Amino acid sequence: MTEFSSKAPEPTTPDEERSPNQGNIAAPINKQPTKKRLRLRPSTFWSVRRGIPTWLKIVMPIIGIGIPLIIWSILSYGGFVKDIFLPAPTRVISTGIELFTEDELIKDIFASASRVLGGFALAGLVSIPIGLLMGTFESIASLLNPFVSAVRYMPVAAFVPLIVIWAGIDETAKYLIVFLGIVLYNIAMIVDAVRAIPDELLNAAYTLGSNRFVLLSKVIFPAALPSIMNTMRVNIAGAWNFLILAELIAAEQGLGFRIIRSQRYLQTDRVLFCILIIGIIGLLTDFLLKQLGMFLTPWYEQGER
Amino acid sequence: MAKTLPLTTNSGDSPQAVEHPKLSVHGLSKSFVYQGNPLTVLDDVDIELKANEFICLVGASGCGKSTLLKIIAGLMSPTTGEVRVEGEAVEGPGSDRGMVFQSYSLFPWLTVAKNVEFGLKLQGFSKAERRERIAYYLDVVGLSRFANALPKQLSGGMKQRAAIARALANEPEVMLMDEPFGALDAQTKEQLQQFMQEVWERTHMTILMVTHDVEEAIFLSHRVYIMDAHPGRIRENLHIPLPEHRELDIKIMPQFLELKRYITNQLGH
Repeated sequence: MTEFSSKAPEPTTPDEERSPNQGNIAAPINKQPTKKRLRLRPSTFWSVRRGIPTWLKIVMPIIGIGIPLIIWSILSYGGFVKDIFLPAPTRVISTGIELFTEDELIKDIFASASRVLGGFALAGLVSIPIGLLMGTFESIASLLNPFVSAVRYMPVAAFVPLIVIWAGIDETAKYLIVFLGIVLYNIAMIVDAVRAIPDELLNAAYTLGSNRFVLLSKVIFPAALPSIMNTMRVNIAGAWNFLILAELIAAEQGLGFRIIRSQRYLQTDRVLFCILIIGIIGLLTDFLLKQLGMFLTPWYEQGER
Repeated sequence: MAKTLPLTTNSGDSPQAVEHPKLSVHGLSKSFVYQGNPLTVLDDVDIELKANEFICLVGASGCGKSTLLKIIAGLMSPTTGEVRVEGEAVEGPGSDRGMVFQSYSLFPWLTVAKNVEFGLKLQGFSKAERRERIAYYLDVVGLSRFANALPKQLSGGMKQRAAIARALANEPEVMLMDEPFGALDAQTKEQLQQFMQEVWERTHMTILMVTHDVEEAIFLSHRVYIMDAHPGRIRENLHIPLPEHRELDIKIMPQFLELKRYITNQLGH
């Protein structure tokens, strides 16, 4: 489907046979008026950055979730796939209820969530000042860049054995893995955010009498805050990734631990439900961080800066 | 440097025994290395501003006038030469040289009043003094009603007026303006030219403004520095023999048009 409706050109028509009142219209210089005009037909569905009507906003997510759900149902209820590989949706739900009522799943959720939040908060505390300093001062960037860029490309999973040697297998190790997993991404993204602050904002601060400390704390930090909040939103998803990794090593509770143990007993329904829970928690944290961002930077509007 | 900052600037009387110009630039040059070749942007520029003068620097685009202003503000360093404020050589930026930029450099997270307060806080004014100055300068620029508005709620012209209030409130020795109305539409631009004339009449601030708009330069200034391009040099220091108080309709008077034709010719040379 093309968005361009082209008036069919008639290149074969000889010049003389074209519309008789040609003389009244200002004739094009090159005498080739049958040029193909490119005109865009308006479209509701394919509108670019223009928003869609409410009904479409409601219908599209339903389709988006509905189609996979239908396929899942057909595969499982229809008996195309064995229960052990893909349990039916209702089975997953009832197992989930069971997990909550009889198996104290809420404790695992709490354990996992506090590991994510702990590691994530620690990463924030470290990465925000470092990112601000690196983004502001070329010298600090040069100092830390070799380390930050190199380590960023080393997979955190590879560090896990080392972390176990250093920190053992208790909670510290889990916080550390989550922390290590996201701190360098945080730094890199915050550095970019600081560098994107327009010069004129800094120049205005200078000509009002700012010293470097004022510049950093009163101008660069607030100017970068919306991007910092966005960075946090993006990277908390990563934090969940690294949590599961952390819980692979000798955890006694947590969603990752549940998933691993259920896999061992081929309890696919439990695995699926725990993944579902992580997704829901993810959506919830994303929403909360978005609200926090709007609360902290009400002045910000996309594309303003 | 001990500095007194009266709310109303003394316009007539000379404050010091040894009279230094408010701002002077001596033998200032700036060259870059561009794609391996040295490029001289400014060549041996000398300018001088006396207290309470409103001076415009006009030049074709690319003549280095904005670079010159940035060097004066201390946001860039010159290759040779120096900048003096009241006879004292300065390096780096400071609150003695306030600046208004072309695009809106208001801090978007601060209200209009807080933007104006930014420099005042740094200078260590008490809360009462700050409040008084904010009220005064917001009144000067006609934004008293918008004290608590965020920059995003203001129109382009209002943002620029707020930025001017912020620079004025610091009561710098000289206010530098870098094409401050360049991004505005024609009507707003004329309104702000008139407004700037009124601001000057009220505050007698020493102002150095960069513009490529010849009409704007003549309308606002007491003197105009005409710049050559490639390399940027001061071609002429032209006195504008118009009355101090001007209304917009002066722009169609023969004397004004004569000046405009003259400067335009000089620029196109």
